[in-house]
Formats: sequence, structure tokens, C-alpha cells
Amino acid sequence: MASKYSKDLLLTMYRKMYLMRRFEERAGQQYGLGKIAGFCHLYIGQEAVAAGVEAAIRPDDYMLSGYRDHAQPLARGSDAGMVMAELFGRTGGYSKGKGGSMHIFDIENHFYGGYGIVGAQIGLAAGMAFASRYRNEDRVTVCYFGDAAANQGIFHETLNMAAKWKLPVLYICENNRYGMGTAIARVAAVPEIHKRGDAYGIRHEAADGMDVLKMYESVKDAVEYIRAGNGPVLMEANTYRFRGHSMADPATYRTKQEVEDERKNDPIPRLKDYAIKQGLAKEEEFDAIEAEVKEQVDAAVKFADESPEPSLDELWKDTIVEEGEEDVRPRERVLGVKVTRWPKYPSGQELKVTWDLEPREQAEKADKAAGLKR
Amino acid sequence: MAELMYREALNQALAEEMERDANVFLIGEEVGRYQGAFKVSQGLLDRFGSARVIDAPISELGFAGLGVGAAMVGLRPVVEMMTWNFAILAMDQIVNNAAKLRHMSGGQLRCPIVFRGPGGAGGRLSSQHSQALESNYAHFPGLKVIAPATPADAKGLLKSAIRDDNPIIMIEGERLYALKGEVPEGEHIIPIGKADVKREGKDVSIITWSRMYYFCEEAAKQLEAEGISVEILDLRTLRPLDEEAILATVRKTNRAVIVEEGWPLAGVGASVVDIIQSKAFDELDAPVLRVTGLDVNMSYAANLENAIQPDAPKIIAAVKKVLYREGA
Ligand SMILES: Cc1ncc(C[n+]2csc(CCOP(=O)(O)OP(=O)(O)O)c2C)c(N)n1
Repeated sequence: MASKYSKDLLLTMYRKMYLMRRFEERAGQQYGLGKIAGFCHLYIGQEAVAAGVEAAIRPDDYMLSGYRDHAQPLARGSDAGMVMAELFGRTGGYSKGKGGSMHIFDIENHFYGGYGIVGAQIGLAAGMAFASRYRNEDRVTVCYFGDAAANQGIFHETLNMAAKWKLPVLYICENNRYGMGTAIARVAAVPEIHKRGDAYGIRHEAADGMDVLKMYESVKDAVEYIRAGNGPVLMEANTYRFRGHSMADPATYRTKQEVEDERKNDPIPRLKDYAIKQGLAKEEEFDAIEAEVKEQVDAAVKFADESPEPSLDELWKDTIVEEGEEDVRPRERVLGVKVTRWPKYPSGQELKVTWDLEPREQAEKADKAAGLKR
Repeated sequence: MAELMYREALNQALAEEMERDANVFLIGEEVGRYQGAFKVSQGLLDRFGSARVIDAPISELGFAGLGVGAAMVGLRPVVEMMTWNFAILAMDQIVNNAAKLRHMSGGQLRCPIVFRGPGGAGGRLSSQHSQALESNYAHFPGLKVIAPATPADAKGLLKSAIRDDNPIIMIEGERLYALKGEVPEGEHIIPIGKADVKREGKDVSIITWSRMYYFCEEAAKQLEAEGISVEILDLRTLRPLDEEAILATVRKTNRAVIVEEGWPLAGVGASVVDIIQSKAFDELDAPVLRVTGLDVNMSYAANLENAIQPDAPKIIAAVKKVLYREGA
């Protein structure tokens, strides 16, 4: 049977996953060399999730994540050198070295940040989705968070509102089974996180986060549903991180056997095998992609290394917007590349708000039923 | 000029800014069909519809986060906190996200959001509903904090806040909502960051903000009868502090008393003292004194509640002390 996937799709997904993997391996190495400091949470093992999502959404859809946030922007198209420079704390980074590993922001590519407070981005995502509806845009907001984040209050508070107001947001819980050293089953009354969607009456489902094609299918379906105006979806991507929680974590809370077993599911060789078996691509084509990506990552490290540390006067910038201050377009600033995808929002005069959050007839009916007069 | 209540002045500012810019929306508990817990949003739901005047569930953290997210992509949310006591639940979104987004993104993002609602003590509500929390927010870089005393200032500052591209904390006086004053119609703007000399005087400066201003006026009137001329500087903005205005009044009178509703330790007034002593020490004829709320939790009992808060007699005593007058 011929594959229903195009060669282009498979190779694009492969290239993205391979880039994420190589980038993170190099990041780990640079951490070991002392060039990256602080926390450094690697994404190794989870690549199928980001690659599958990216293939299924539009480039102008919004995205946010937690602190494990180097790889998802790479899948979006962020510059690997600028992400690496951010990890190094250099001016060439997306945030000029002020955000570091846990706070990658690439607004040009609609990546609205990594956040260091577990779960905090869940609320922001609802606000961004709210803005899309407010402006009658058909954008979807994709929000990544971990299994542990689902136990935060903001998760419950936000899902309630997102469901009630049918906000166009896709919540993707990357369930890698651990929050730092705590297995999710030890702290969650219902460890299948997606089932919590029932409490808010929203569509929810589990997805295979170790298989990029399955991930792609699940997300494509969910995004279609969201774009059609049906409200949020809570998707649990079952995945696994091959490394510790961060570079500082030797991960002694799980057995060697467990990790070895999971490594057999490595999504990257899995996709390669599939494509070759289907006769969609040859070994050499993958070799070529891998060689290109390796060069790209080498260049990224070199770029980061050569980028200067921020000057001390940077301390006093980027805290308060001064009147008349222009926005910074980082790729223009750092690479001199003309930015074309910088978002442009309608001014208040152009904007017509037609959305009825709580239609009046409905409200009046509810009042009447309760015997109230407005 | 029209005489308006403080709450009506705020209502007018909201209505005018919502009219002017469709990116502005209001979200909070009971802001819509109930017409606002303190009636600040009276009539706005009918005028602007349910997508722009949004009744939120009781989820301070959640709807604060929703507001910040909307601001990140260019809407201009006004988030009403039923009172600042409950905004404590939203601290993470205000402090860890709103205040830091611009920094963490290296200048890529702006967060044009206003968090507003009543603050301050009194009304026999005991500890959890009766506290002045402005110093909590004044502590954080990335936020601007405003606290108007008069209806005119309330309108002018709220309009500025809504147009500002930064996260603004607006602490209104819960006990000032029914207070009346002249309010200019239409385009009346008070710049954020500018203090206001509310009373000119030459012997001593009282520096204060929000509701405490009225106790200071009362004290100043009584002191005037005794031949003491008091200048009152209303800070209006607590972050950034108007250093120039603080130093100017101290240079004029050479004596200062700071009146603050909140607790003494790490209060905004402590920073005002710091500015004065480090930049105008030679101008001082006496140590700067502070009149603050007592360093205790608020009580329900009427006599205890009164004893905890600053009042005119306490202010008068402090003024006399810095003037080295008898009875101090
Ligand atoms: C509010 C908060 N509490 C605790 C932490 C410390 N912390 C950082 S990551 C983490 C585990 C989170 O795990 P999960 O959400 O499952 O994401 P994963 O690391 O598995 O991707 C903890 C406890 C934090 N950053 N923020």
C-alpha cells in the first residue's frame, strides 16, 4: 500500500526532528563545557511531538511552552544560532541573553515564549486565543506544558474559562511521565491527564508522542475542530525524555531498563525506517539531511561563541516601554535579515468586535428561568 | 466642570477609552450584569457588549493570566480585581509574567494591561479584606503603580494607564468611591509619574497618596489654625516615584512627614525617606518621620480598627515633632 504521506512532509519532519536532536546534544555538551549555565532542560526523546504539531498547524498560529523550550521554536523555524546564543547568554540571542534557556521568545515566528513557572503559560495561551476570537482571526494557539503542570491551579482555572468561552486553543500536555523526579502516578489522582477535559466538557484525547505521524494526524484533526469554532482541545501526548529533567539531574529515580526500553521507541530512526520501507526516500537522502543539519548546528555553536556578551547599559533596557520606543526585531538586529513575519495587529479604530461572549438572549433566558428581572 | 463621584470618574475614563479604542476590554468578577461590585463598570455591558465587558468566574489567577496573554498580542485589557486583597491569588501572573515579559523577551513583547481595583483598610472587614498592599507591587521593576486620591486624578490616571504600553497597577481607594469632586469632561489626562502639590505651604511637607491625603488635609487645616503652614504632596504614582517633586518640596520646607496607610516595614514611605536623606540631607532641619498603619493585622473591633490606621491627630503629632513644637 502506498503511503498517504508525501515525501516532502516526511523529509521535513525528519529534518526538524534531527535538528532538535543534534541541537540538544550539542547544548548538553556546551553545558558540560560551562558555556551554558543555569538550568538546561533538554527535549531529547520528545521530538516527535513538536515535529508532528508543527506539520499540522499554520506558521501564523501562536505557540507557547514551558522551560523545556529550545526545540519547539526550532521546529517553528527559529534560527538555531540565535537560540544557542541565548543559551550562552550573548547579545546574538533572541532576548539578547536576558532570558536564557527557559525563556526563548521568537515573535517573528509566533513563538511566544518559554516560562519558568510551572503551568503559568496555560493562562497566557487562553488570553492569546481570546485575542484571536476578539479580532475574528482563525488562528489557533498551541500551548505546551508538562504532566506536572496539570496539577497547578492555573490549569483548572483556565480550562474552565477556555471551555465556557470556546477559545481556540490546543493544550498539549507532553506527558513524559515525570515532573523532575516524581512519577506522575505518584502525585496525580488521575494520571491520564487528558481525562481531566471531561470535568470541563471539552474534547480530549491521548496521542502517541513517540510517533511523529500519529502525532501529526491527531493534531491535524484537533486543529480542524478548533478552527471550526468548537472550542479548546486537551491533548495528552504520551512521550518520554531520554535524559534527566535538566542537565543537573542524573535521573536516578528511574531504572536503566526503563530508559533502554523507551529508547527502542526513538521517533527519529522510526520515521527514517518507515520512509525507506515505503520507498519514499533513500538512505542517502537522509544522510544528506543529517550532514546539513550537523553543519547547521556547528555553525550555531560558532555563532553563539563569537557573539559578544551584552553591554552593561543593556541592564536598563527592556523593562519598561518608553514612549515612542520601537519594537525590537531580533533577526533584523542580530542577523540583518529583513523580518517579514512580524505580527501586525489592527488598531482600535480598524477593529470591529462582533463576538458575543454571552449572547443576550441566552442571558435573558437564564435570568427569566431564575425569576430575575434585568 | 461636572461634580462626579470617584467611581463615576473611573467609569467615565473606562467608557471614553473603550469608545476610543476597540482593543480595550474589561474583565473581572461581576463587572457586567451586576454592574460592578463597586459600580465602577455601571452601564458598560449594555454599551459595549459581552465580548468587551466580561464577567469572569472567581479565578483571579486564571483571568489575570488570560489578560496578560491578550495583552501580549496587542489587546489592551483592563482587569478589575474585586479588591486587591484577592489579587494576591493572581500575584504569579502579575509579577512573574506581566512585569517580566518585556525583559525576558529582550524587548520583543509589550504588555499593555491595567490591573485595577479597590485597596485600603477600613469598613470593619477584619484582616483579609482590609489592607493597603501598594508596596507589594511598587517593589517590582516592570510594573507602574498608581494610586489616585481625587476623582479628577482617578479619571486622568486611568486614561493614561489604559494608553500606556506597560503593565499598570491601579490601586483605587475603596473608601473613596463615593467621594465627589470636579472632573474635567473628555480628554483629561494625568501623566503617570508626576506627583501633585495639593496644598501649598512653607513650614513642613507632608508626603502621601490616596485616601491618606484627606487625613493630611484635615491635619493641615488644624495646624494652620495654630499658625503652621503645611505643604501636601500627593505622590499619585508610587512607581516610578517623582523624585524631583519630593526633593522640591523638601527643599522648600526643610521638613517632611510621610503618611502611609500600609505597614511600616518595607513600605513605599521608607523609599521616600531614602530619597530624601540621600539626596537632600543638607536641606533637612529635622529627621523625616513616617506615620503608618500599625504593624499588626487589621481588627474587626471598631476601636482597634481606628487605632491601627493613621489619622489627623497622629499626623499632627508627627508634624509638631519635626517642628520641635510642644506636645509632640
Ligand atoms: C511553580 C513552580 N513550582 C516548582 C518549580 C520547579 N520545577 C521546575 S520543572 C518541575 C517539574 C515539572 O514537570 P512537568 O510539568 O511534567 O514538565 P517536564 O519537566 O516533564 O517537561 C518543577 C517541579 C517551578 N519551576 N515552578
